[in-house]
Amino acid sequence: MSILIDKDTRLVVQGITGSEGAFHSDQMLEYGTNIVAGVTPGKGGQKFRDRVAVFNTVADAVKETGANASVIFVPPPFAADAIMEAADAGIGVVIAVTEGIPTADMVIVKAFLASRSTRLVGPNCPGVITPGECKIGIMPGFIHKKGRVGVVSKSGTLTYEAVHQLSELGIGQSTCIGIGGDPIIGTTHVDALKLFNADPDTDAVIVIGEIGGTAEQEAAEYIKAEMTKPVVAFIAGRTAPPGRRMGHAGAIISGGSGTADEKMNALSAAGASVCESPAVLGETMQGLLK
Amino acid sequence: MNIHEYQAKDILRQFGVVVPEGKVVTAPSEAVAAAKALGTSIVVVKAQIHAGGRGKGGGVKMAKSPDEAGKIAREIIGMNLVTHQTGPEGKKVNKVLVEQGLDIARELYVGITLDRTVGQLAFMASTEGGMEIEKVAAESPEKILKEWIDPVAGMRPAQARKLAFGLGLSGDAFKNGVKFMMALYKAYTATDASLFEINPLVVTKDGRVLALDAKINFDDNALYRHKDFFELRDYDEEEPLEVEASKYDLNYIKLDGNVGCMVNGAGLAMATMDIIKLNGGEPANFLDVGGNASPETVENGFKIILADPNVKAVLINIFGGIVRCDRVAKGIIQAAKNVSIKVPLVVRLAGTNAEEAANLLAKSSVKMAVATSLKEAAEKVVAAIA
Repeated sequence: MSILIDKDTRLVVQGITGSEGAFHSDQMLEYGTNIVAGVTPGKGGQKFRDRVAVFNTVADAVKETGANASVIFVPPPFAADAIMEAADAGIGVVIAVTEGIPTADMVIVKAFLASRSTRLVGPNCPGVITPGECKIGIMPGFIHKKGRVGVVSKSGTLTYEAVHQLSELGIGQSTCIGIGGDPIIGTTHVDALKLFNADPDTDAVIVIGEIGGTAEQEAAEYIKAEMTKPVVAFIAGRTAPPGRRMGHAGAIISGGSGTADEKMNALSAAGASVCESPAVLGETMQGLLK
Repeated sequence: MNIHEYQAKDILRQFGVVVPEGKVVTAPSEAVAAAKALGTSIVVVKAQIHAGGRGKGGGVKMAKSPDEAGKIAREIIGMNLVTHQTGPEGKKVNKVLVEQGLDIARELYVGITLDRTVGQLAFMASTEGGMEIEKVAAESPEKILKEWIDPVAGMRPAQARKLAFGLGLSGDAFKNGVKFMMALYKAYTATDASLFEINPLVVTKDGRVLALDAKINFDDNALYRHKDFFELRDYDEEEPLEVEASKYDLNYIKLDGNVGCMVNGAGLAMATMDIIKLNGGEPANFLDVGGNASPETVENGFKIILADPNVKAVLINIFGGIVRCDRVAKGIIQAAKNVSIKVPLVVRLAGTNAEEAANLLAKSSVKMAVATSLKEAAEKVVAAIA
């Protein structure tokens, strides 16, 4: 088993005919992801690579193909609308890769989703992968290995680094979730930890966070109170200067709060094995699994 | 994106938020004329830089006559203003705002920002005006009143009234305070701001409510909706290398260390800075070259990193996923030849075709150390400057 996505996931790609959407749809198909539909308004009736039907609306795609997950490669000005369209069509898991969505748009999206059962992952994230079964997003599939460690992270390439370290040591992953580095995101560290905690096929979890906000402190509270599985953690940005946005829109120490140290201390106090160096995530996990 | 106080006040005024009368000037003679035009017995001369704490640093002064305003402007324009937010090197003042003096009865605080934990805007108000709000939040959080704003309903007048009562406003000041807060919220949403701080918000003896100071930050992701804001950007306030990097679409932040680094992805870039420090070095910068790490971006990255005279060694850390490492390696070799690097270079490529890439790098005529793991890369680059 795994969380969020598996071999039975039926994916619709929103923005499949755009350059990013097309490129990554090819990569996902190659990995074996079951892409059942694409959506590009105005291009309904076309076929993508002669095999995937393109629809004008997500509702049409769901009706015709039974799609139950969506990935969004729509440009920032239209991405919030695309997320809400997917939720309105009853899609269960919406993964928004798009980077640069205005915060005000995401405030609306968050309120819109509150009364619906759709789970959003992202935006500004690499996506979700259940190795050997389903890859939704932009991560390189081949670095992953099927197994029993969950990974949840705000970052893209830093997640690949962690996964790479695990795979090199022969430790496979159940599911890896990139939750994104924006100030407002759908699935949080805590949400992901809850899913991993309940998943019988996940034995331990790597949590990767970064400066800004308090999501990692909330994760620490959850770990302390509920988590029954070992957690390895790393927080990026100990050397980041306060008041500067470090690439990700949410990665900023403001008013002296949101520092890496306070997050590391909270996770450590909650019983997680906190790594000072990003180079030892794999070996720390290996030590815990013995 | 940050803007100056006078620009923030111009924007607020457009939305009916009451601010003092004033004019921004760049020369002492203009300050005299501006003070005369204002006609108040007292004017205030305020240095315009992108940093707080200007008053304590000597950048805000009162003048009792237009001539004195000119004298103060002469002192402040061109001075190097040091505040707790500028760092010890300070910031050069190019402009001052000459403003009417007010008969102040009370100094309060109001601000709007996103509360990330709930995903809604929080409207904050406090009686502790003029103080650093972070300090108030830490020492006496009960003195900060908060109203969370439902995105469907928007800021409700009842919320503004609740805050105004909470601040102890009454009579005209109460009515004006409510009006002020409603207008402030309107301005915040209309401009796609990420932070509004009115500190202090003043109540005059005759019951007026005005923004004596104003700090505004905009959401960079929403700037495409506000093309007119681009002209508010003041390049004099930014690190020249960062301005240069932004021309190449590079996400670069200059730091004080001596180990330059070039990484793909923001999280890995921060982690690379951290591991340099952990191994006893000091990172010279944050640089995210993005997912593709093309030869052009790598070459531009080299140019920016090496333009910093403090840089004594460079570490490249690229996780090649969709983009194969051998292609990145060829780009690095080409770029290194084009810019001629005179400091030690350490390269670590991981991911697709990493081994092939390492061979290419090792065989190239460009002198560099090749590392296979993140740990080895950090050790090698720190050893290179020891």
